[in-house]
Amino acid sequence: MSQNIKLKKGFDINLAGKAEKKIAELSLPETFALKPSDFVGMSRAKLLVKEGDTVKAGTPIMIDKQVEDVMYCAPVSGEIAEVVRGAKRKILEIRILADKEIQFESFSKHADVSSLSKEAVIDQMTKGGVWPNIIQRPFGVVASPQDTPKAIFISAFDSHPLAPDTNFILQGNEKYFEAGVAILSKLTSGKVHINVNKDSADFLKSSKAQINTVEGPHPAGNVGVQIHHIDPINKGEVAWTVHPYGVAQIGKLFLEGKYDASKIIALAGSEVKTPQYYKTYSGAAINKLVDGTIKEGHVRYISGNVLTGNQINSTGYLGFYHNQVTVIPEGDYYEFFGWITPTTKKLSFHRAFGLLSFLGGKNKEYTLDTNTRGQHRAFVQTGSFEKVVPMDILPTHLIKAIMAEDYDDMEGLGIYEVIEEDLALCEFIDVSKNEIQSILREGIELVKNS
Amino acid sequence: MKFIEDIFAKVRPNFEKGGKWEKFYYVYEAHETLFLAPNSTTSARGVQVRDAVDMKRMMMTVIIAMIPCLLFGIWNAGHQHFLAIGEVADLTDKLLMGGILVIPIVIVSYAVGLGIEFTFATIRKHEVNEGFLVTGMLIPLVMPASIPLWQVGLATAFAVIIGKEVFGGTGMNILNVALTARAFLYFAYPSQISGDVWSYIGDGQAVAGFSGATPLAIGAAAVEGTTPMVDMLNDSWTAGIYDFWNMFIGIMPGSIGETSTLMCLIGAAVLIITGVGSWKIIFSVFAGAFVMGTVCNMFGANEYMLLPAQYHLVIGGLAFGAVFMASDPVTAAQTETGKWIYGFLIGVLTIIIRVFNPAYPEGIMLAILLMNVFAPLIDFYVVGANKKRRLKRATV
Repeated sequence: MSQNIKLKKGFDINLAGKAEKKIAELSLPETFALKPSDFVGMSRAKLLVKEGDTVKAGTPIMIDKQVEDVMYCAPVSGEIAEVVRGAKRKILEIRILADKEIQFESFSKHADVSSLSKEAVIDQMTKGGVWPNIIQRPFGVVASPQDTPKAIFISAFDSHPLAPDTNFILQGNEKYFEAGVAILSKLTSGKVHINVNKDSADFLKSSKAQINTVEGPHPAGNVGVQIHHIDPINKGEVAWTVHPYGVAQIGKLFLEGKYDASKIIALAGSEVKTPQYYKTYSGAAINKLVDGTIKEGHVRYISGNVLTGNQINSTGYLGFYHNQVTVIPEGDYYEFFGWITPTTKKLSFHRAFGLLSFLGGKNKEYTLDTNTRGQHRAFVQTGSFEKVVPMDILPTHLIKAIMAEDYDDMEGLGIYEVIEEDLALCEFIDVSKNEIQSILREGIELVKNS
Repeated sequence: MKFIEDIFAKVRPNFEKGGKWEKFYYVYEAHETLFLAPNSTTSARGVQVRDAVDMKRMMMTVIIAMIPCLLFGIWNAGHQHFLAIGEVADLTDKLLMGGILVIPIVIVSYAVGLGIEFTFATIRKHEVNEGFLVTGMLIPLVMPASIPLWQVGLATAFAVIIGKEVFGGTGMNILNVALTARAFLYFAYPSQISGDVWSYIGDGQAVAGFSGATPLAIGAAAVEGTTPMVDMLNDSWTAGIYDFWNMFIGIMPGSIGETSTLMCLIGAAVLIITGVGSWKIIFSVFAGAFVMGTVCNMFGANEYMLLPAQYHLVIGGLAFGAVFMASDPVTAAQTETGKWIYGFLIGVLTIIIRVFNPAYPEGIMLAILLMNVFAPLIDFYVVGANKKRRLKRATV
């Protein structure tokens, strides 16, 4: 039974610099990188290649020692140029110097995926580099092939600020998406849910999976919020989530027999001269992307969106799960009486004295910089987190339980149901400027390892 | 304002690590951040942009909400003085007189409180929290204009140290800090904060028939009497001082900031529109008081119980307590359902203490302090209900 979910709680951060639906030409960057830090929960990455080796797109180059079956493959062909290590020889980046023409590892092709067995599917997915697209809830880590989830959830739209349009980045992948859904349906004992909104393209709605509609402000597009309303996760249960891009990539592995890490990404943000889409590959260096396309000034490059993304530098690499690069101004400046001056330019969920952004209406676009707009303080305000989390969860109490390392309370208050992105808005609106997402991750790690 | 930035940039190294006044870094920082919003940026992971509101602005919004009460309180302190000594005075005289009485109390409250805050911040090596900006204004507003300044200082010190800092500072306290100050004086120096202290007479001679009795004192007398309390209020020493609308506007003796229900409602509007105060708590305190007042009417065992319920809303400090004290987010219930229960019970308890406990003419202070203690218990059950819902779904 498909469900229609209407959410009222939440907040849309309307930023300037939306990407125009146009794909611009972009030459291939020289280097690409796979970053173990992109894969949450990967504690012990093990290299399968060494510097100087040549690889094809789809050649395994790394595994997680805890889940050795799952291969993390090269997105492009070329030579392993450098393995960047940090403290205690922790692997930070595996850089690949790309070939001009990409060579692909070949995997078996299947015109009809419906006849494949579950074991054959898992085998090809784990070897073919597409398995890390599957994220396990609880904990938000790469799924284990040994598990059978109670359901698989696909959010077919992204409600984050300046997020790329899912319909647009999947264009031309319709049949791969459909094949991907068919393959995923073999892995669960329950249903595959595709959660769409009113703007979702027909091909996202026509699949054999259960189609649910979700309407409302951000975080309506967050798969965690959707799971909470459709089929919530309880202690001891496992559900999987996959981004629609990952679904198409899985489909392509089986229909075409190759690990194709090409993707269409949005370059967006107030500091981009002409925000638009570009075709590139997973893990691409962004230097060519931002060369000449960014306005003058001190800017921050973000792989991903402004709520959950990571800061990278102008020669950094696109994250595995990211389909956008956002460029916003840095906010490292002092502001005379900035804490009290009345303004319509600064966006606020609250309406405290002098914050007049609510007068601008819903469609006004804001240019936000990275200034923290205040300093860290003890929790004082109550009730505001609850207004931006459209779930039957008490975020303030959950966060306090984590800070107190109270395992029973963490479990009781729903830590199995949320990951960072679900509470990102709490961090944005927090008057006390706490780092809610990192506190939540600490809590998840505690519960996971307990 | 580049020159201010330059001044701070010049002296900053002295307070930073290795500087000669390194110990006083947080004192310096409090001053710097007052003038200059800091240049700190978001972390590399997590949100990259932040909402424009911060604690300073939030607290300042509360202070702005109190300004109508403060200004009215200054005027009223002057007005009551001249009324009591039977002199005719114009607006300027009343404001001047009120200012002379009230401003020193505000200054002492802030000076003592901030002094202690800075000291603790220096000893504990943490930032100066903005909580006292609000407390420092609340304390004068719940004092009579005739209070000795040394008592204000002592009460403030007691409240900040015993009411807040021993619990870990701002955000950690159990009892409302400003009410702790008032409760301290109430029990330590009762003669200066109860009885005929609400109108400042000074060197003047009170007019014939003057009585400092507040509506609450009249209420206490009504318990034993046979005259309807509304009549007793109307028969006060000067005509009309305790009729309903005059009490609503607040031109009567009482603590500096709490006589005017109207000004409190203006403050409530500011808090609710800005979302800084919880409308649920404010509304439910009034609702609880009105319901309990009506229940008293139904039994009507004495004249005080028969007082129409709406009178309870305009006498004493109910409105001020509901708007500025009960809604203090740190000491109130923190769950949304809990806020309804918490506020409602404060309203109910206020009327119970007023009507049934002859020892305490005013009930709101004790009701809020009592419910401060019970707020965590209310939250415990509300949070427990949420946990139970989740547990019911569980299959293992």
